[in-house]
Amino acid sequence: MRISTTLTINGVKKTIELDDPRTTLLDLLRERLNLTGTKKGCDRGQCGACTVIVDGRRINACLALAISHDGADVLTIEGVAQGDRLHPVQEAFIAHDGLQCGFCTPGQIMSAIGLIREGQAGDDPERVREGMSGNLCRCGAYQGITEAVLEAQKALGAASRREVA
Amino acid sequence: MNTFDYVRPATVAEAVAAASEPGAAYLAAGTNLLDLMKGGVTRPRRLVDIGRLPGLDRIEDLPDGGVRIGALVRNADLAHDRPFARRFPAVAEALLSGASAQLRNAATVGGNLLQRTRCAYFHDVASACNKRDPGAGCDARGGDNRLHAVMGWSERCIATHPSDLCVPLVALDAVVEVEGRAGRRDIPFEMFHRLPQDAPQRESVLEPGEMIIAVRLPAEAVQFAAHARYLKVRERTSYAFAVVSAAAALRVEGDRITQARLALGGVAAKPWRAREAEPILSGARPDDRLFRRAAEAALAEAKPSGDNGFKIELARRIIVRALTLAMAGTPARTPALPASCFAAASGDVIHA
Repeated sequence: MRISTTLTINGVKKTIELDDPRTTLLDLLRERLNLTGTKKGCDRGQCGACTVIVDGRRINACLALAISHDGADVLTIEGVAQGDRLHPVQEAFIAHDGLQCGFCTPGQIMSAIGLIREGQAGDDPERVREGMSGNLCRCGAYQGITEAVLEAQKALGAASRREVA
Repeated sequence: MNTFDYVRPATVAEAVAAASEPGAAYLAAGTNLLDLMKGGVTRPRRLVDIGRLPGLDRIEDLPDGGVRIGALVRNADLAHDRPFARRFPAVAEALLSGASAQLRNAATVGGNLLQRTRCAYFHDVASACNKRDPGAGCDARGGDNRLHAVMGWSERCIATHPSDLCVPLVALDAVVEVEGRAGRRDIPFEMFHRLPQDAPQRESVLEPGEMIIAVRLPAEAVQFAAHARYLKVRERTSYAFAVVSAAAALRVEGDRITQARLALGGVAAKPWRAREAEPILSGARPDDRLFRRAAEAALAEAKPSGDNGFKIELARRIIVRALTLAMAGTPARTPALPASCFAAASGDVIHA
């Protein structure tokens, strides 16, 4: 069974022929489109390494069938920087040592972007930690991650206020 | 994962027809189903993708004051819908205590009701499991079973239902709307899930092809909004299934409880309405002794199914604590750590 699927990935519309309905969004990104920034950790929705933003919401790409996301808008780690200018969340992760080995980092960053968009955590570190609990970091960089999310949120808030003004 | 036919029906009637074939399964977000399929635990021959069926993703106010939640409403959207969370705060708290933000953004209300047990022997295809393979036996009986059922289990199956959402829903007398080949019908929430008895593979009363359309909460459930909590003991602070959980909802007038609702999670193959406890609370003056009496009544029929006798006393204590928190009043905002026993009392109480 060959199925044609259209996705907008990091702003670029792509039509992809799927030869297998089992293909997850994660495998499509990594194996078909060579977007290997999105990581495969557990592949079972437990670690968050595969977090991407689909139609504005962070989800686990490993538990999403590509075929059922026909027409979706997908943002991956490859799409967040503007040329050489890093996304404020990326900058904050560097500034606060929000990583060690780096394997979970793309998922952490996409999850943090999603969390900031959701706007539920405010400046409460406890709410940030809870909102990021779907992203495991086996190096244990959680303290830096929480600080990075809080700072990036502040920076993004300031940027959006400037845009409004 | 086995391969499958993929169909995407345009209407509920088409979906029901497509899913009535043997070997077919409904796919909504797939957060549970795809995980099970990757493990070879379930092997559907056909997936009927209902994720885009129109009209099932709405939260609607009903003329009588109740609310109707479409089967495809995402967990996060329901929990963060302010009018909904104000009226049904224990439901919002239960939702936010479950899974992770990523999963809550995808997972649907209908899927939540139909999620499968987390019993390790069900998930391990090398183990004997009557639920996965009827008649094969139950390796959980002699295995690592400290998290298994203490209520309503049978020799065939001691698995528990993992849902948080379902616990306040059964406490608040929700109704499940389903559609099948024979048309639509309403199922009271308490009747929706089945106890294992001698057929643990049948987990709900749904007939083949029947699909959940919506879950309704009745208007009278709103009357508990000022004193409604969900409390959940987990083996880690966040992103874990319940060892034991409780939903407590009270109506309070003056110094008396006028009406009480209580349900437990993590103790049985279905969300467990603790009906025996409710009349003890109704009309009484709240204090620790009363709550303890209610808890004893709720667990009167409990029996360990293995190395899990501790869950019975844990459930009693969770009930006392949930009732104490509910009595203190619903916080104005869901706590930073929803349903957590580590959370300090936080936020202002909505009203007395």
